[in-house]
Amino acid sequence: MSTSTIAPQTLTAKDFVTDQEVRWCPGCGDYSILAQVQKVMPTLNIPKENIVIISGIGCSSRFPYYMNTYGMHSIHGRATAVASGLKASRPELSVWIVSGDGDSLSIGGNHTIHLLRRNFDVNMLVFNNQIYGLTKGQYSPTSEEKKVTKSTPYGSIDHPFNPLALAMGADATFIARSMDRDVKHLQQILIRANQHKGSSFVEIYQNCNIFNDGAFEVFTEKSSKADEALFLEQGKPLVFGATQNKGIKLDGFKPIVVEIGDKYSIDDLWIHDEADFYKAQILVRMFDNPQNADHLPRPFGVFYQTERACYEDVMAMQIEEVITTKGKGDLDKLLRGREVWEIA
Amino acid sequence: MNTNEQVLQEVVIKFAGDSGDGMQLTGQQFTNNTALLGIDLATFPDFPAEIRAPIGTMAGVSGFQLHFSSNKVYTPGDSCDVLVAMNAAALKANLKGLKKGGKIIVNTDGFDSKNLRLANYPDGVNPIENGSLEGYEVTKIDVTKLTREALKDIAELGTKERDRAKNMFVLGYIYWMYNRDLKSTKDFLQEKFGKKEVILQSNIKVLQAGYNYGDTTETFTTRYTVEKAKLPAGKYRSIMGNQAVTMGLIAASEKSGLPIFLGSYPITPASDILHDLSKHKAFGVKTFQAEDEIAAITSAIGASYGGSLGVTTTSGPGMTLKAEAMGLAVMLEIPLLIINIQRGGPSTGLPTKTEQSDLMQAYYGRNGECPMPIVSASTPSDCFEAVYEACRISVQHMTPVIFLSDGYIANGAEPWKFPQSADLKPIDVKFKKGLDEGEEKYLPYKRDEKLARPWAVPGTPGLEHRIGGLEKQDITGNISYDTDNHQHMVKTRQAKVDKIADYIPLQTIDSGAATGKVLVIGWGSTYGSIKSAVLDLQAEGKSVSHVHLRHIRPFPRNLGDIIKNFDKVIIPEINNGQLVKIIRDHYFVDAIPYNKIMGIPITKTELVDFIGKMC
Repeated sequence: MSTSTIAPQTLTAKDFVTDQEVRWCPGCGDYSILAQVQKVMPTLNIPKENIVIISGIGCSSRFPYYMNTYGMHSIHGRATAVASGLKASRPELSVWIVSGDGDSLSIGGNHTIHLLRRNFDVNMLVFNNQIYGLTKGQYSPTSEEKKVTKSTPYGSIDHPFNPLALAMGADATFIARSMDRDVKHLQQILIRANQHKGSSFVEIYQNCNIFNDGAFEVFTEKSSKADEALFLEQGKPLVFGATQNKGIKLDGFKPIVVEIGDKYSIDDLWIHDEADFYKAQILVRMFDNPQNADHLPRPFGVFYQTERACYEDVMAMQIEEVITTKGKGDLDKLLRGREVWEIA
Repeated sequence: MNTNEQVLQEVVIKFAGDSGDGMQLTGQQFTNNTALLGIDLATFPDFPAEIRAPIGTMAGVSGFQLHFSSNKVYTPGDSCDVLVAMNAAALKANLKGLKKGGKIIVNTDGFDSKNLRLANYPDGVNPIENGSLEGYEVTKIDVTKLTREALKDIAELGTKERDRAKNMFVLGYIYWMYNRDLKSTKDFLQEKFGKKEVILQSNIKVLQAGYNYGDTTETFTTRYTVEKAKLPAGKYRSIMGNQAVTMGLIAASEKSGLPIFLGSYPITPASDILHDLSKHKAFGVKTFQAEDEIAAITSAIGASYGGSLGVTTTSGPGMTLKAEAMGLAVMLEIPLLIINIQRGGPSTGLPTKTEQSDLMQAYYGRNGECPMPIVSASTPSDCFEAVYEACRISVQHMTPVIFLSDGYIANGAEPWKFPQSADLKPIDVKFKKGLDEGEEKYLPYKRDEKLARPWAVPGTPGLEHRIGGLEKQDITGNISYDTDNHQHMVKTRQAKVDKIADYIPLQTIDSGAATGKVLVIGWGSTYGSIKSAVLDLQAEGKSVSHVHLRHIRPFPRNLGDIIKNFDKVIIPEINNGQLVKIIRDHYFVDAIPYNKIMGIPITKTELVDFIGKMC
């Protein structure tokens, strides 16, 4: 989302820290995300009192208590709906939604897609740890098939959601992925999300070191990150690998991995264009299980961005238009109605 | 020809036909015409849940009952003087509601073999031909044929379109019968079809043809007039319950300075409030048709948090879906208005029929100890004041409030001596604007004398704070799992709601003495039936009084004292006994329930019978 800039007093990350003790498990990926949000906030030029963080239920949803802004820890799955009402009624506020994979894609899945299609100018951060942490370890709608958890002792039979493909299907206007362990990347994505006017859907891979430790380690650990994570940059070819020696080429509509060398050069590669709606559909579908042979790397960065009218703006505009054509509402006229009779 | 003119005190007329016959519109037009003459009235529209129920069947019958009188009217009438039946099913479904010797006006075309079969009459039986209606005054008119005849020169119209104007013929005929002017309906048609000249002219033509038919044939030799009622002096308009809710909300918005945000999901019979409010954007009203009932209420909570008057409208099943969010609003201690236009339940139940069966749900239907004030409306026009009052309580006491109406009030109409905006008491609301002197930190749960906490909205510098559904420490609002604190907070939230009793009017006795044998306590849409039954019994010299509650939670402070002054308490409700349980619980009184759960209002007659035996 974007916010008009009124120069606030110079703030630092510390100004966004509350006096509440942070109660996530030691080693939780949420700590990093909190730190990056607190770091980025002072750079956004938004008066602190205009920032509101709305969360649902789950580990991630404790977030507002640790941010010294306005905030609401609402009910399970409904942060998006609460935020919709707030943004519709107060378009000038900078509204951030903090949610998890269960909160936003399971119990709150419906509100998530409707928020995105309406394109409220808000930022939605989905901390995806592919597990239910707060209820102590059941599989989530993003858990992989066959996953053994407390509620799936014989392995999960649920097919997982691809959150970005879902966002794409709901016509989100800003779609991005980052990870808790890459702090620079996460900061950049948060800044980009804020700059975008419209609903920004940001999936953040977040490690739950208690119930699903290492779920994303192939993307986050130094030893494998270069080969497994593909960092998207606008106008740049899709390259990855320890020595930037591999790339993605489009073979028709199918992305394939090629070695850069004798057969293929950089010029053969797919050039990332965030505005390309059709290519973004392919990009979000690069979602292979890293265990599979010949899998594609997982992209990180801004997949897609476009401009579309925001609900709250059109809502306000419609009211202005009605007032312009009909005049401001007159209560006495309303009470009187069209047909009146008098009794003496 | 010679027609006699006769003046009547009152008439109950029912327009009944297939749901495609336009009976609701006919009834509404006749209602408006009646209201404009200053005649008192009450209406009862009764229609199927299906938009197009099978044509001609009993399931498809749509009715509109109107009671009009030169005396004060409290109910749409227990039984009819006149029944207009557009087809066989309409006659069959409504005959039992017609007084002995009453008038029946039938559209003979609706009694052909197909219609008779669809209405499940045995083969060869036609009630309008076989003498079974002896004892009634039957007028047979081939409305279909006469309508087609009237439109024969309008070549642009097909038969289907011609037949669609049938209801105008009937309306015109009834206008003649009751000595009325056609102007109000002509104006209405002009507004509705102004741009469709052919449709406009054809409707007016048929309306006039119906009137002329009365004038030139000898079907009736008497025309009737009902004089205007002796109502208190003033300016009146006609009002329906849901309309009054809309106006009450807008008035509360104007008088509190808070913009309205309505989060709503369409549901019968509450949708009209969403429709109506969304027309009034000129008042700055924001209406949000949410993706579901839960988003409807939670979006309204978001808007309230931002300083709007957050409202959500629904009916029974939607109320159930909103329960968790209501609990959140109770914990957040922010204003929110939840409007429940009750219908028959449980589950999908009877969507278009009336019931008062969500009182227990409103009272108790949430997890945890979760008290919320409840305000109810007793008549269509009373919705205005009751909603206004509910808004006042919500914003001044920082609490979500439940407003209960029902399908009967929502769709019923009556004359309303509407207020002037200047007469409405302003609703004072104060946002916290910043830290007070000596205050180092904003304390979101520091309470005032009402036990209400301050309303600090985002955008206010220095008051940044977090609230949520977790139990919180009093005063600071910090999360707290402390055992003593939880007990304290549960008691405090209850005390806050109880304390509202100090800020609402004392209960008055609607009619009757302050002491006596029987006290009838009612709430909601049973008002008219109880009122007229009790007045009748009082006229017979019975010792009976009537109390009608607007405030159900908390009760007015003096209700217990009123109850003590009577030997017996009777509580009639359109449910299986709900208020009666709450009254017994609060006042240890052996209150006697009277329950009717048929999806229709309780009649005056049955109440006179039941109450009469007790006093």
